[in-house]
Amino acid sequence: MRGTGMTAEVHVAQRGAPGHEGGREIVASVLRVAVPILLALVVGGIILLILGKDPIAYYGYVARRGLLTWGGLQETFTRMSPLLLIAAGLIVAFRAGIWNLGGDGQFLLAAVITAALGPALVGVLPKALTLIACVIASAIVAGLWAVIPAILKARYGINEIITSLMMSFLGISFANVLIKLFFWDPSTTVPQTRTLPVEDRLPRLFDTTIHSGVLIALAVVVLVHLMMTRTAFGLKLQVVGANPAAAVHAGLNVAWLTIATFTLSAALIGIGGSVEILGVFGTVRADWNPAFGLLVVPLVFLARFNGYAVIGFTLFFSALMIGGDSAARRIGVPQHFVLVLVALLLIFLAVVEYLDHQRRKRIGA
Amino acid sequence: MAVPVAAVRNVTKRFPGVVANDGVSLEFHAGEIHVLLGENGAGKSTLIGLLAGMQQPDGGEIVIDGQPVNIASPRASLELGIGTVFQHVLLVPSLSVIENLMLGGPWRRKLLRGPALARFRELSQLLGVEIDPDAQVGRLSLGEQQQVEIMRALWRGEKVLILDEPTSMLTPQGVKDLGAVMRRLREKGVALILITHKLVEAYELGDRISVLRLGRVVGALPPERLRAMSEQEATDAVIEMMFGTVTHHERDAEILVGRGRQAYRARVVDRTRAPRLSVRGLTTEATRGACPLRTVDFDLWPGEVLGIAGVDGNGQKHLAEVLAGQRVAASGTIILDGKDITADAVPERRRHGVRYVTDERVGEGTVGSFSVATNLVLKEIGASPFFRRGISDWDYIHDHARALIKRNDVRTPSEKTPVGKLSGGNIQKVLLARELNAEASVVVFNKPTYGLDLQNTRLAHERILAGADQGLATIVISTDLDELLEIADRIGVMFQGHLAGIVENGPDVERKVGLLMTGAKAA
Repeated sequence: MRGTGMTAEVHVAQRGAPGHEGGREIVASVLRVAVPILLALVVGGIILLILGKDPIAYYGYVARRGLLTWGGLQETFTRMSPLLLIAAGLIVAFRAGIWNLGGDGQFLLAAVITAALGPALVGVLPKALTLIACVIASAIVAGLWAVIPAILKARYGINEIITSLMMSFLGISFANVLIKLFFWDPSTTVPQTRTLPVEDRLPRLFDTTIHSGVLIALAVVVLVHLMMTRTAFGLKLQVVGANPAAAVHAGLNVAWLTIATFTLSAALIGIGGSVEILGVFGTVRADWNPAFGLLVVPLVFLARFNGYAVIGFTLFFSALMIGGDSAARRIGVPQHFVLVLVALLLIFLAVVEYLDHQRRKRIGA
Repeated sequence: MAVPVAAVRNVTKRFPGVVANDGVSLEFHAGEIHVLLGENGAGKSTLIGLLAGMQQPDGGEIVIDGQPVNIASPRASLELGIGTVFQHVLLVPSLSVIENLMLGGPWRRKLLRGPALARFRELSQLLGVEIDPDAQVGRLSLGEQQQVEIMRALWRGEKVLILDEPTSMLTPQGVKDLGAVMRRLREKGVALILITHKLVEAYELGDRISVLRLGRVVGALPPERLRAMSEQEATDAVIEMMFGTVTHHERDAEILVGRGRQAYRARVVDRTRAPRLSVRGLTTEATRGACPLRTVDFDLWPGEVLGIAGVDGNGQKHLAEVLAGQRVAASGTIILDGKDITADAVPERRRHGVRYVTDERVGEGTVGSFSVATNLVLKEIGASPFFRRGISDWDYIHDHARALIKRNDVRTPSEKTPVGKLSGGNIQKVLLARELNAEASVVVFNKPTYGLDLQNTRLAHERILAGADQGLATIVISTDLDELLEIADRIGVMFQGHLAGIVENGPDVERKVGLLMTGAKAA
């Protein structure tokens, strides 16, 4: 896990390497991704055959519904924004060696805060201010939700995988309770918050159904990438992640960096939840939990914590999700088959990486 | 004379570049505690490794009960009745005592608690200890854990028991208990092999003492001679064997390293001026596996090299870390040029010119996957001119790295190469380049030549001496006394967290340091 986090630093440091060497490296890294994707699709196809489904039809349908029709493409882009923001949050944490797996709780709490605050503020504040206030408040609440695991890790060295997951379950339940106790819109029978009117949500892009949240998400991912690769703060986080003992040796304040990273990570994930409500739903139903947080984890690993690469993987995964959704209804392949494909992809990526590593060792590079 | 239970005859073991054991012959008798003494690198651990089946000898033979045997694996060693207790506890802390003891059987066999408990009681009686077989190992004291280790070593037979520096991690009471256990096992006819650095222990427990040096047995005190000697006589005899007279020493050193020992060059250190660094009453809190400092005092003058000798694990690591600022002092003060820097963390001390070249070059000194250039600014992250308003100036960092690589002759394909791909000597050059620059005023070197080849060792020594000649106040921590004799002006000795004494480098210093190292008072 640690190993993958470091490669990006090296890649950045190696930018501007001599031409043909760099070219070969690019081809190699494209192959390292393309070969596993191909293998995953082939093996996934074999599984579909065993299930008695036509793999060509399934893949064709997924591609058509996810990417090749205008409606599907718009849905795919819309789906990208929460995933990208979660990915940005995870990259910050994972690069620093902090395994924040509490994304779902952070996401959902932020969503509820936005859904509660938005309709309440929209009559009082101008529309733009309402949106900004919602995003900021959600980010703060999500960030605060991560403070407990952060302090437990920084002060007592308690494994954050467990504490953040626990806080996630608590967060999901707490979000539910908040709606039922405080934010329940009295005009509805099913517990849900009041709804932000469509005209007060994030503006749509041109004539599409894609909301401008996707632009925010892209900007955040790029900013996070630049922060990790071009700033002292990002470098410090990477030192902590790659070798905590070296961080102590270099005099970095590891405890403070741990807390800052954890909070920042959760805040970014919280923005994801906020944007999803401001852009798509306008309300949160008490039983709503898209559980994007853990879905994004493998994508971030596939991208080796690289911000630019994660954009591509998120697009790919969003298309799979949207296409797979329709395919589930039309062809009868379970919706979760998409996850089987992602799992296969991870397995083959690891295998190819291992073989590549062996090859490098053999040629003594 | 009785046939020894175990013996090595003319055993030789070579590692790349080193002859670790060179024609070693030793005998181990039932009912006898045989002490092996020697400095680091004398070949004791290698010998143990051969008996424990971790390595095979290149020449010579191992004889058990008069029969030459081939000990192909640790399991084979255990089957022959040879048990080894290593320096660090190798038990599973989350399992119970009896579970730990039952480990290591064939996987397909059922774990039978009944017979295991019977054997456990048998061994408890043999050792004369009382441990709850169902206690969780992690909750036992280190002394008790060691007793469990001894039981495990004897689990399949109690012919030979090897103890590798068993007292280094124990409290005084634990040491006393261990002594009792050892004497009891001796009475029951077990052949014990005790590896130690401590002369007191050797005299107190040993029936026979053998001294290893540079892979060879250089002397032995058989039981009849040892019994006739007073502690002082035995100590003197052993120190003589361990460090040799100067003439012997020089020859051996030449044979080993292929270079003559450089004459010690006395630098003129003006000690009438105020010291650059004054340390008073410095203590640290104990941490797992490391010896804390107990009231350390010393002064250090500009242009001086203060060597810190001592057996590993006597507080050297804490001393280095507390001086560097990466470990908090529990009490005491550190004064640099009249300024109290005790409360300063690493970055402030670095600004004041305090530098620390760690012995853990890969463990903490560098981030292996990061480029050489990044590692060269690892302690300056966020500082100008490499970073401006928190933004990395990679071009500047890379230019800076190229200049340092050239000046320090670091052999690397480029400044962007991950530092982990470099050799140990080149990683050390990267560390030296990072720590030793114009702003340095006090430098702490922890085992600066550990693991380096000859050429890099010489380069590192030259670098340290050149720095001192330019007025750096220098501390060199090393377990290699020869190294300190070569470069230090004064040599202090760490013993159980104390700075046991500081002696001027010069004639007869080896004897004095040898005494201090083994816990005797300054001579």
